Amino acid sequence: MANGRSGGEHYPGPMHIPSLHGDPGFAGHSGEPPGMYPPHHPKLQHHFDDMADQAEASTLGMWVFLVTEIMFFGGLFMAYLVYRSAYPTGFQEASNHLNVYWGAANTVVLICSSLTMALGVRAAQTSAPPRTQVGWIVATMVLGAAFLGVKVIEYADKFTHHLVPGPYFQWTGKYPDAAEIFYSLYFCMTGLHAVHMIIGLGIMTVIAVMAWKRQFDASYYTPVEVSGLYWHFVDIVWIFLFPLLYLIGFHYH
Amino acid sequence: MSGHITPKNLYYFVFLALLVGTGLTVVVAKFDLGPLNNVVMLSIACAKALLVILFFMHVRWSSRLTWVVAGSGFFWLLILFGLTMGDYMSRGWIAGSLR
Repeated sequence: MANGRSGGEHYPGPMHIPSLHGDPGFAGHSGEPPGMYPPHHPKLQHHFDDMADQAEASTLGMWVFLVTEIMFFGGLFMAYLVYRSAYPTGFQEASNHLNVYWGAANTVVLICSSLTMALGVRAAQTSAPPRTQVGWIVATMVLGAAFLGVKVIEYADKFTHHLVPGPYFQWTGKYPDAAEIFYSLYFCMTGLHAVHMIIGLGIMTVIAVMAWKRQFDASYYTPVEVSGLYWHFVDIVWIFLFPLLYLIGFHYH
Repeated sequence: MSGHITPKNLYYFVFLALLVGTGLTVVVAKFDLGPLNNVVMLSIACAKALLVILFFMHVRWSSRLTWVVAGSGFFWLLILFGLTMGDYMSRGWIAGSLR
C-alpha cells in the first residue's frame, strides 16, 4: 500500500522483504546493521512500513466494515422499498402520523454532530491541545445524546397513540394493515439506527478519554479518524431515513 | 502521518450545504409533485450523503483503494435493490405463472 510513498520514514526489520515495495532493501538505509530496528513512533506496529501505511490499512479496514453496515441497513431499506411499492397510499397515510418537525430537528442535530466530529478529527490532525480535542468530541456526544432524547420523546408518543405494532396497535385510517407494516419498519429502521448511535456514544467516550490522555497528535490520530468515519456513516443513514419515513405523506397535511 | 488537513471553511461550507439540503427536502415535500416527490427527495439525500462521504469522511483525499471499497458498498446495494425489485415488479408478467 505504499503507493508512490518512498523515502522518508522507512524502517526495514530483519525479516523485511526488499522487493515488496520496490525499495532497494537494506542497502543504503543509513548504515543500520540488519537485525536492529531504528527508533520509530511508539504507536507503529512492526508489520507496517511506516505510520502512513498503518493509517491507510486502518482506514481501509473501517471502510470494509462500513460496507457491511451499508448491507446491514440495506436489507431494511430493501424491505421498505418492497412494502412501500405494494402499499404506496397506506405508507403515505401512516407517515403522516410522524412528527416532521421532530424529525427535521433531529436531522439538524445529527448534521451539527457530524460537523463537530469532523472538527474533532481536525483538532487531532493539527495537534490541538487535549482540551480542544476532547471539547469537540464531547460536543459530538452531547448532540448524539440530544438526538436520542428526541427519539425517546417520539417513541413515547407512538406508545401513547397505540402506533406500536402488536396486539395494541390501533388505526382509524383507511389502511390499517399498511400502517402496521409501516410502523414495524419505522421501529426496526430507527431502532437499529438508535442502537448505532448508542454504540457511537460508547466509542466516543473511549476516544475522549484517549484524547484527554494526550494520545493523539499530527503523527497519530487513526482512532479518532476511524471513529469519525463510523459517526458520519450513522449520520448518512439518518439522511435517508428522514425523508423516507417522515416526508412521504407531508403534502397531505 | 500524511493525512490531508481540510480547511475549516470547507467544513463550514459543507455543513451549510447540508442544512440547506435538509430545508429544501422539507419544503419540496410540502408540494404534491406525484412520483417526482420521491425523485427529488432521494436526489437531495444522495447529494447530502455524497458531501458527507467526500469531505467529512475524507474520501476526496483518500487512496483509490478506499474509493473502490466505498463505491463497492453502494454498488452491492444497487444489485440488492435491482434484482429484488426486478423479481417483485415482473411477477405476473407471464400469463398463468405461479404467483
